[in-house]
Amino acid sequence: MTSATAAAVTAGGSVGREVSTFFYRRSTFYLLLLLLPPLLWLGTVYLGSLFALLLQSFYAIDEFTATVVPKVTLATYRQLFSHPANVDIILRTLGMAIAVTIASAAIAFPLANYMARYASPRMKAFLYVGVMLPMWTSYLVKVYAWRLILAKQGILSWILTTVGVEPVLEAALRTPVIGGPSLASSYLGMFIVFVYMWLPFMILPLAAALERVPQSMIQASADLGARPGQTFRNVILPLALPGLAAGSIFTFSLTLGDYIIPSVVGAPGYFIGMMVYQQQGTAGNIPLAAAFSVVPIILISVYLTLARRLGAFDAL
Amino acid sequence: MPAAIEFLKVSRRFGSVKAVDEVDLTIAPGEFFALLGPSGSGKTTCLRLIAGFEQPSSGHVLLDAADVTGVPPYERNVNTVFQDYALFPHMSVAENVAYGLRVRGVASEERRKRAEEMLALVQLEGMGERSPLQLSGGQKQRVALARALINHPAVLLLDEPLGALDLKLREAMQIELKNLQRKLKITFVYVTHDQGEALSMADRVAVFDRGRIEQLDTPRGLYMRPRTAFVARFVGGANVVEGELAQRLNGTARAFAIRAEAMALDGAARDGAVGCAATVIDVQYHGASSRWQVRTEDGSVLAVVRPESGSGSTHHEIGSKVFVSWPANQMVPLEAT
Repeated sequence: MTSATAAAVTAGGSVGREVSTFFYRRSTFYLLLLLLPPLLWLGTVYLGSLFALLLQSFYAIDEFTATVVPKVTLATYRQLFSHPANVDIILRTLGMAIAVTIASAAIAFPLANYMARYASPRMKAFLYVGVMLPMWTSYLVKVYAWRLILAKQGILSWILTTVGVEPVLEAALRTPVIGGPSLASSYLGMFIVFVYMWLPFMILPLAAALERVPQSMIQASADLGARPGQTFRNVILPLALPGLAAGSIFTFSLTLGDYIIPSVVGAPGYFIGMMVYQQQGTAGNIPLAAAFSVVPIILISVYLTLARRLGAFDAL
Repeated sequence: MPAAIEFLKVSRRFGSVKAVDEVDLTIAPGEFFALLGPSGSGKTTCLRLIAGFEQPSSGHVLLDAADVTGVPPYERNVNTVFQDYALFPHMSVAENVAYGLRVRGVASEERRKRAEEMLALVQLEGMGERSPLQLSGGQKQRVALARALINHPAVLLLDEPLGALDLKLREAMQIELKNLQRKLKITFVYVTHDQGEALSMADRVAVFDRGRIEQLDTPRGLYMRPRTAFVARFVGGANVVEGELAQRLNGTARAFAIRAEAMALDGAARDGAVGCAATVIDVQYHGASSRWQVRTEDGSVLAVVRPESGSGSTHHEIGSKVFVSWPANQMVPLEAT
């Protein structure tokens, strides 16, 4: 480069050039500038409101005036855990969340494995779209559609009757706890809708994790004498565990927090989400609502600790 | 003794591509056998057919005289060292090595003992507790080797095992692998695209091109008597003279090979030698030798390798007119392909 062209480059667009040089030489400052909006959002709006929620749960409501007394007390938590009805709600929600998570994992694994390992590129694209397609539809539409599908005279019972297996359905509905007058008004029906709703959240991280397991590792396992079942237990499952953990965090926490599905489909028993909705809305008991919403946070923390102990994140 | 591995008219097609095309092959027990060829020549597919990761589209693969067509990898007495090592990241080095015993239900105390023995064999004593992620490339290579050998396979398959290592380490590992094979007396089938590796290690080499075996011979046989132009160029880096120039020099249009180090480079024509006038177009100094590229008058490019004489008298600059020649008995006639 001649000195004349070099001078031209330095002179050209000098202000923009100086700003660019300024940022280039102070990369930390530049990074900070980029991170400021998300940090502000996360810090104040997100964590701030979470903190406010936590604080509310340590307040209690005055029985006479029905106003919140801003004084730190454990009375609300005492109320939460001393009422057998509240404990029932927590156990019911927890049981449902565990069942939904296990069922989602069981259904998602074969499909995710097929998508990650065996499907042709076209088939894979088709399946990914197929898995995500339901998420583009309104949540409420899907829930109400399911209520119709599961209704006593609904399409599902019609199909089962036509195929001739309605005794199975009747036996399931006669089963205590999960049964009921119809699928639409039983925990079994609610379970089906939950699994349907959260399945994509399990399939996608699981497929991503399985895709990262190199083919040569699976072949190495077979090469060393492992039968397909052994390869699955010893190699595929441990390496897919981070994806399984990620997916189960979604299905578990979404079930713990949901209040629409339990109020549209299923037996009349309350769920945590419904209690939060009712306590902070109709009942106006913000502290109790806050205490209820702390429960899923604790349950998920316990779940994550257990998953970590079991080595779910070792392969990350 | 039956052959360790036998291919009977084995083909493997992927859609319309014939990766392996009617290959017949016999590998003797205890042999160090190399499959050599450029990428896409079918050598790795052959290895995978022996391991059982691929099934032949037609033909039969025999291991120890038994037809294994349709037998899954986990029922074959054959183990593989993978190109990317394929060590399990969620297991320790010792667990990786003992994996073959674990899936066969060997008790954990026995597993631990034999894994330690295997690690000693590959000079990794006391590394059992480490994670494979903490190891260097050469160490991973040794762990993969120990893991593949723990089941005492009849055949060890090695898929470009040294490809990811640097030159120094690669040379050391070549010697080590060869010694290991002599000691264990296991059949080694070694896939490589590096002709030097194949020539220096193998008892016999099969040269692959486009799914077929071009030539199957000892390293010396391949080097001294290449059958086709492909083998002459790929294995020996030899000059292939064909067409008009061959006609003029040899009296026949049939192509012949002439090794670069069999050629002489002089300022003037030599009496009694076969040769022609040429112009130097490139010189590479290699220390012990130098390599010249010369262009003959009809436009063919030939390579000449001469040992370093020390005096510098044999040096010819780029552009200088020279005369290349070789003894007539060094010309190897080639088959038309």
